[in-house]
Amino acid sequence: MTIVHPVVVLDAVSRVFDSDPPVEALKDVHLVVQRGDHVAIIGPSGSGKSTLLNVLGLLDRPTHGRYLLDGIDTAVLSDSGRAAERGRRIGFVFQSFHLLPYRTVEENVMLSELYLGTSRKDRRRRAVEALDRVGLSHRRTFEPIRLSGGERQRVAIARALLGEPSLLLCDEPTGNLDSKNTDSVLGLFDELHAQGMTLLLITHDSDVAGRARRRVRIVDGELGEVA
Amino acid sequence: MTVADIIEPVDAEFADSEPVVVGRPRLRIVDLIDETLAGVFARPARAALTTLGTVLGIASLVATLGISRTAGNQIVGRFDELAATQVTVKARTSGGGSSSSGSSRRAPLPWNVEPRLDRLNGVVAAGAVAEVSSPGSVRTAPLRDPENITEQLVPVYAASVGFLDAVRGEIVNGRWFDQGHVDRVDRVVIIGTDVADQFGITRLDAQPGIFIGDQLFTVIGILSEAPRDEGLVGSIIVPYTVAQERFATTTPERVVIETDIGAAQLIAGQAAVALSPNAPEGLNVTAPRDPKRTKDAVQSDVNQLFLLLGLISLVVGAIGIANVTLVTVMERTGEIGLRRALGAARRHIGLQFLAESTAMGLVGGIIGASVGILVVVAVASSREWTPVLDLWLPLAAPFAGALVGLIAGLYPSIRAARMEPVDALRAGT
Repeated sequence: MTIVHPVVVLDAVSRVFDSDPPVEALKDVHLVVQRGDHVAIIGPSGSGKSTLLNVLGLLDRPTHGRYLLDGIDTAVLSDSGRAAERGRRIGFVFQSFHLLPYRTVEENVMLSELYLGTSRKDRRRRAVEALDRVGLSHRRTFEPIRLSGGERQRVAIARALLGEPSLLLCDEPTGNLDSKNTDSVLGLFDELHAQGMTLLLITHDSDVAGRARRRVRIVDGELGEVA
Repeated sequence: MTVADIIEPVDAEFADSEPVVVGRPRLRIVDLIDETLAGVFARPARAALTTLGTVLGIASLVATLGISRTAGNQIVGRFDELAATQVTVKARTSGGGSSSSGSSRRAPLPWNVEPRLDRLNGVVAAGAVAEVSSPGSVRTAPLRDPENITEQLVPVYAASVGFLDAVRGEIVNGRWFDQGHVDRVDRVVIIGTDVADQFGITRLDAQPGIFIGDQLFTVIGILSEAPRDEGLVGSIIVPYTVAQERFATTTPERVVIETDIGAAQLIAGQAAVALSPNAPEGLNVTAPRDPKRTKDAVQSDVNQLFLLLGLISLVVGAIGIANVTLVTVMERTGEIGLRRALGAARRHIGLQFLAESTAMGLVGGIIGASVGILVVVAVASSREWTPVLDLWLPLAAPFAGALVGLIAGLYPSIRAARMEPVDALRAGT
């Protein structure tokens, strides 16, 4: 019998910043994201969204509590071990795309598995596949500067998809897009969800959150399920 | 269903379904090179300007070392070439009272050295010479003109045919005597240019005569130079048969042999036997020392100044690379955050920036070495020298450049590696 671990398990996670006075950005957070979930985390700015995203993305460590990613207790991982898990299991999509200028679309996508040590030929082949998946095969040789905002975000999504991550972690993915491009990116998310991808979006836009299957609200570091 | 319900079974089943941990992130060397080149060539103009300091530093170092080597070798080379190809044979003068003088027979040098020596492999030319003892004063006309000093005491030499080539003599006017003159005992002379100037002899078509003592000789050639025997331009040379007949000259004093380069040692061993097969030990052979070059390069103050300037440019170049790399790190904060998010470990970030600065130094070193060599060749050709470069110099120069880049990149790379991914992602766009 194969056990399918939940992709994300946050168990009583809190994150306290050592400022004066100490700021408790996350308070006793419990969250389980199953494989194939499409979750939106909504909350106003300053509510702890970013901190939650950083913890989920292994960019930050929780002060208390446990975080299991694909069943792995991330607390025991070293700094470089966390980098490896991050590269392998999590695909990041950022509000500002974070595409490298001076590099072609294809090279940007190929960057994704650079630190997993896979062969370049293999990466190129799958970069082409991933670009196909987001409908941008015809832009392979373009530099990002020549793309529209929506296209740039699609490239970033292709990059995030390259390593077949367990979790697509999207930080305000439509924050820099107009409504038309927003629609197209959200449509892409729907497709990915339909293909079985696990998506976790962080947004303050209730329209964006409305497209997700499940909504979780965060206020003052406390998480609550939205019906 | 609460969170705890879900966690518990997961925990319980850890044992039989241990999740596979990826382990350490790794970066292939080809990918590192790829990323490095992409990073450097993303801004080619900036990279070019950044390497300029290293280019200048390496170029001036290579040029200074190369030119001093070229100049030093030139001086040594000119001296060597003449001395290293000369073998001189003299009759051993049996010093009075030596016990060995009785046992060793006196070995007179022969005059016919050319047929004896020319067949030796490595001999370019050979000739015998003897100074004529007390030939008498030399004048152009038998008349005694009290107002003009027309009488001179000029050294007179008896020589064999091959002597001219053996001393690398040059005849500027007329000709050297040949075997026919020798055989016929023709009363002809060759005079050096200094002698010709003294006596006002400029043209030979009128067959000017010259008196040595009371005997008249015809001048058939004027010797302009003789690098192996500079004194000859101030002397008169007669064929040895003439000297034997007129001045009672007996045997040659010395035999001069010009050899191929590198053959001097060999010829020195063979010459005595060839010249005096019966008593070779009676001859004294002088050969150049083993051609060990004095490798000491010219160490002038100017050279040291240029070396110092080169080193200073290198330091300036290093500071330039460090500065630009630091700016680049700050500019690419977002990229650093992204790479960390994509799974790069701190060392990969540091390594990438270190590789970029090293690459810039390496390119600077290669260009600098090329420029330096061009300068050496240009200087050498303007002086008609042979450019000489130590092989290690063009090979070491790129490494020196790379080292400069490496050292310059250390601090910026450490800064880049120490960035927290969260901060880097937030700061960069």
